[in-house]
Amino acid sequence: MTLNLRNVLLFATVALLFVIEGQTVSWNSALSILNVGLISAIVALGVNLQWGYAGLFNIGVVGFFALGGLAPVLISTPAQPAAWAAGGPRVMAAFAVAILAIVLAALVYGRTRGRLRAVSVTAILVLGLLGYRTLFDPAAAAIEQVSPSTAGNIGGLGLPVLLAWPVGALFAAAAAWVIGKTALGLRSDYLAIATLGIGEIIVSVMKNEDWLARGVKNVIGLPRPVPYEVDLQSSPEFVARAAAWGTDPVTASSILVKLAYAGLFAVVLLVLIWLAELALKSPWGRMMRAIRDNEIAAEAMGKDVTRRHLQIFILGSALCGLAGAMMVTLDGQLTPGTYNPLRYTYVIWLMVIIGGSGNNWGSVLGSLLIWYLWVKVEPWGHDILAFATSGLADGSALKQHLLDSAAHMRLMTMGVILLLVLRFSPRGLIPEK
Amino acid sequence: MDLLNALVALLNFVVVPATAYGAQLALGALGVTLIYGILRFSNFAHGDTMAFGTAITILGTWWLQSSGIGLGPLPTALLALPLGVLGTALLVLATDRVVYRFYRKTRAKPVILVIVSMGVMFIMNGLTRFVIGVGEISFADGERFLVDAKAFRDATGLAEGLSIRTSQALTIFIAIIAVSLLFWFLNRTRAGKSMRAFSDNEDLALLSGINPERVVAITWVLAATLAVLAGVLYGLDKSFKVFNYYQLLLPIFAAAIVGGIGNPLGAIAGGFLIAYSEVAFTYAFKKVLGYLLPESLAPDGLVQLISTDYKLAISFSILVIVLLFKPTGLLKGKTI
Repeated sequence: MTLNLRNVLLFATVALLFVIEGQTVSWNSALSILNVGLISAIVALGVNLQWGYAGLFNIGVVGFFALGGLAPVLISTPAQPAAWAAGGPRVMAAFAVAILAIVLAALVYGRTRGRLRAVSVTAILVLGLLGYRTLFDPAAAAIEQVSPSTAGNIGGLGLPVLLAWPVGALFAAAAAWVIGKTALGLRSDYLAIATLGIGEIIVSVMKNEDWLARGVKNVIGLPRPVPYEVDLQSSPEFVARAAAWGTDPVTASSILVKLAYAGLFAVVLLVLIWLAELALKSPWGRMMRAIRDNEIAAEAMGKDVTRRHLQIFILGSALCGLAGAMMVTLDGQLTPGTYNPLRYTYVIWLMVIIGGSGNNWGSVLGSLLIWYLWVKVEPWGHDILAFATSGLADGSALKQHLLDSAAHMRLMTMGVILLLVLRFSPRGLIPEK
Repeated sequence: MDLLNALVALLNFVVVPATAYGAQLALGALGVTLIYGILRFSNFAHGDTMAFGTAITILGTWWLQSSGIGLGPLPTALLALPLGVLGTALLVLATDRVVYRFYRKTRAKPVILVIVSMGVMFIMNGLTRFVIGVGEISFADGERFLVDAKAFRDATGLAEGLSIRTSQALTIFIAIIAVSLLFWFLNRTRAGKSMRAFSDNEDLALLSGINPERVVAITWVLAATLAVLAGVLYGLDKSFKVFNYYQLLLPIFAAAIVGGIGNPLGAIAGGFLIAYSEVAFTYAFKKVLGYLLPESLAPDGLVQLISTDYKLAISFSILVIVLLFKPTGLLKGKTI
């Protein structure tokens, strides 16, 4: 990003929005919006890598984000030796059978022809699936029976939660490798449909595999990398400090915790932007843009387009996974039921396009701005509708319906913003150079 | 071994539901494929177009029900259907005029149009939620069953019952009529022929004096009609919920692409392929095998290949497999 007046003004405006929120509503609310905005910015950077740098159309963001959210549970929750003993090795054996069947099918596919091939590959896959299910189903059921009301899952490793962030990125990267290997050869809108499917599938796995992370029963009370508000409030030193600042200890503690999160997230985000900008300016970045702008020419120059696509697809998805792990850490809980594609795929796309696809700083700006609007449009919509319906009698069915519908205003607003930007300023707020 | 009972169980739990579901998917996929053939982009707003049309139809149904008008054994929604089609057609025509036409004139890349359709999806989704809310709505009325399981058992003396719901029979009946009309339109009428010409070779079609705006408008109206039919029939068969219609996007796109996108026959074949695989893979064959195999060999487990929670994985897998081995789809795609 060039440090010209326009870009500085844009960031200053967004900063001003947060200051106004802090002054007029509360700093707690402003910081909550900022924290989620920073996480969204990391996802947006990932999508921007894929779309802005390479022109890959990934709308399965929600899946990679959700997969990253699995990491804090598996890394930082206390171990469950009983659950592991009940079914752990058998689950692993089931996975080994599944992988073996797939590898075997691929080998047979390569060495046979015609009808023999079709029959043998199908037979291997069906037998593999049956074998997997016979091993897996009782094992999963056994794990789920170990203290089902509080755990009922395989448990974690009991390691520090910050370690889960890179692991979340690794989970998403591994999934991206598998998907990229199969789907990246497809045309752009087919790739979009394929990633849409994979996103939905990952989310339904997270919702239904109770043995892994309790599914829709949620995992709560995950460890935190920052102090707890209650501990701060009971520390006399902190209470004295809060009194010196002129705030009560409850507000001060929750603001301090949110600030600590914001600091952590900002550090991660800045490091990532720095790396992304370095990559963009390097020969690698020029090659990526060359491939995006003209695949055939790039291929003629000897660039391995498929391989580069796979690389950047994995990198971008890893960022989504990283952000997913950070989000679960911030919430302190994993709630698979909340992974909604509208919220975690399409809104992220909105952020990238409005910020300016191809520009990392644009993605950050877009994320902070759109997330602010996403949170604020609902109360605004309610106020507007309350004003518009003030003429109607209280308790009338129409008025009640309109007021209840205020929550849906945000979807319409986001759609309108997207269409307006695409129509009148298709390169976004901070265009690519 | 009890072949008859096995056959009836298979019909009841696999063939009948899958045929109805397949017809719904085929209607949805036809809309997607028509848009792709003429406007040349994948319309992500199609699921929400279906939801919007169904919501309008439900409002009409409620109004008819409150004024005491009904169709006797048939669901009242059929009477409200024209209203839903009209409302949706007007909405998509307005959307085309305000949104899509600009990109057509500037000859934007298809991928830009896909993103634009995501914006339209947001607005339509919000609009539908605004009109009818997010809850689950069941709006089927009239006679529930065409063939009742108990009556069937009594009549045939078999242990297994066969039930065909009115909504299922209606789905198949309406789908056959709609598809025949569509093919008659595409193959026999002047407007239909101009659509096929436009899809086949845009420049040649323009050269021979076909009015592109007219072709586009007809396409939108056809797609909206098919979408509303698919949406209402799906809603009658299962129930209406805005988010479920978004989730239909994957099987519908899978059906259109697997069959060869842009090819109406392919969309129908794809719809049934996806539906039959989804139902067959998630059905527990314990009962059927119990009838077929001798008692000593009868299975203990459910003999269900994949749990119903993962039915999306089936459309996805079929999509990827077909695309990897036959990138243009089973029937050759790209023109209508």
